Amino acid sequence: MAVKVLIPTPLQKLTHDQATIECEGATIAELLETLEQNCPGLKARLCDENGQLRRFVNFYVNSEDIRFLDGASTPLQDGDEVSIVPAIAGG
Amino acid sequence: MTQAAPVKPTSTATFRALKCKECGTEYELKATHVCELCFGPLEVVYDYTAIRQQVSRETIAAGPNSIWRYRSFLPVASQQPIDVGTGMTPLVRAHRLARRLGLNKLYIKNDAVNMPTLSFKDRVVSVALTRAQELGFTTVSCASTGNLANSTAAIAAYAGLDCCVFIPADLEAGKVLGTLIYGPTVMAVQGNYDQVNRLCSEVANTHGWGFVNINLRPYYSEGSKTLGYEVAEQLGWQLPDHIVAPLASGSLFTKIYKGFREFVEVGLVDDKLVRFSGAQAEGCSPIAQAYRDGRDFISPVKPSTIAKSIAIGNPADGVYALDVARKTNGHIESVTDAEIIEGIKLLAETEGIFTETAGGTTVAVLKKLVEAGKINPDEATVVYITGNGLKTQEAVQGYIGEPLTIEPKLDSFERALERAQTLERLEWQPVLV
Repeated sequence: MAVKVLIPTPLQKLTHDQATIECEGATIAELLETLEQNCPGLKARLCDENGQLRRFVNFYVNSEDIRFLDGASTPLQDGDEVSIVPAIAGG
Repeated sequence: MTQAAPVKPTSTATFRALKCKECGTEYELKATHVCELCFGPLEVVYDYTAIRQQVSRETIAAGPNSIWRYRSFLPVASQQPIDVGTGMTPLVRAHRLARRLGLNKLYIKNDAVNMPTLSFKDRVVSVALTRAQELGFTTVSCASTGNLANSTAAIAAYAGLDCCVFIPADLEAGKVLGTLIYGPTVMAVQGNYDQVNRLCSEVANTHGWGFVNINLRPYYSEGSKTLGYEVAEQLGWQLPDHIVAPLASGSLFTKIYKGFREFVEVGLVDDKLVRFSGAQAEGCSPIAQAYRDGRDFISPVKPSTIAKSIAIGNPADGVYALDVARKTNGHIESVTDAEIIEGIKLLAETEGIFTETAGGTTVAVLKKLVEAGKINPDEATVVYITGNGLKTQEAVQGYIGEPLTIEPKLDSFERALERAQTLERLEWQPVLV
């Protein structure tokens, strides 16, 4: 269940400057846990104190915003591409 | 890598850091736009005591006839910013539109004639490209619904910067042509604006480019404050009672608010509550929906409207725009594509101003708010018209009649004139069928 995760610049200090990493997880929520194991500190950047995804972070699975899918429960398939993108941009 | 050594702010610079609007963490004045800790937006921090010492009504009035008369309030260090005559567009007293709607004090801030590319985007781009040069960028870029691409390409040409812009592939012909003419690289992305924006967010830090609305966004967005300053100055150094502006990302709306608050802060105008009302197209109205539902978060939507310039389904500053409308006792309303076309025609026929779909949306929302009793007829109301109709001709094609084709003969003219007058009479008379 390996997926490719695109890491935004503000988080690359936590991934040893890697812009993409391979990771495991059957859902976005599970992926967050494995990301945290691989790169300690990452989850706290992406989620607030209550464990909810922060409002200024967008997640995409194969280019679709997870808010149009099942949010943190969105299932992941082997080979999927997950993008983590800062919400503040454009306009 | 095209980024060289950055220029340090000069002693007259009034800005000193970037600060996260959410958690307050401060950052150096670099090309960066999100907080590393919480992903909140970064904003420029100013020294208002220094600004107060630098400016007065007189020094501003004696300044250039452009946005740079407000340089002390803008995040640039250069003594000679890029000045292509941007800003100081007309504030028109709209007597005929006011009468049609039943208002007494209506004004149009007409950025349909802003320079050099006929939209408010020239303001933000003038600031962003000045800052881009200070930070050492030689290539500039943007994610655009059209107007921003026009402006970035034009001002980059003037400044001698390389330029690569990203647009959705289905934009109006005038917006594409109005970018290509300046000779930038144009990437027409097969997707909607939100997809273009996401792609650019991923590209932003990989080529050493200055993306005006991504890594330069904290500086860029400040340029919209000049739409607040100019209205205050043009009203004789006072604030209006109510403003109506279009909402795309929500940035323009919140920066007009910030502009008014800064003028109060440094004592240039008296304090007063200004009501802020926002306009969206029904086919892309995530902020209006959140307003109606009483939510404090935005649920993204997939746009489907003729108002492409404001079709942002995932608006970055949506929550802040909601907050401004609510705390100022304003409203956020949406209108259908048919109402947008009527709005474009109404403004053209009453005020002689041809605006694009965003302006049609704003006028249609103004009408809707007046009809619902949400604007008091005696409020000094300013409507922001942010773009030019010649760029979105497709939107009104087929809704504005045709020329009367005649032979070069007197009787041909007389017959056509009579026919036209008969048609006009029929239009105005109630017809029983």
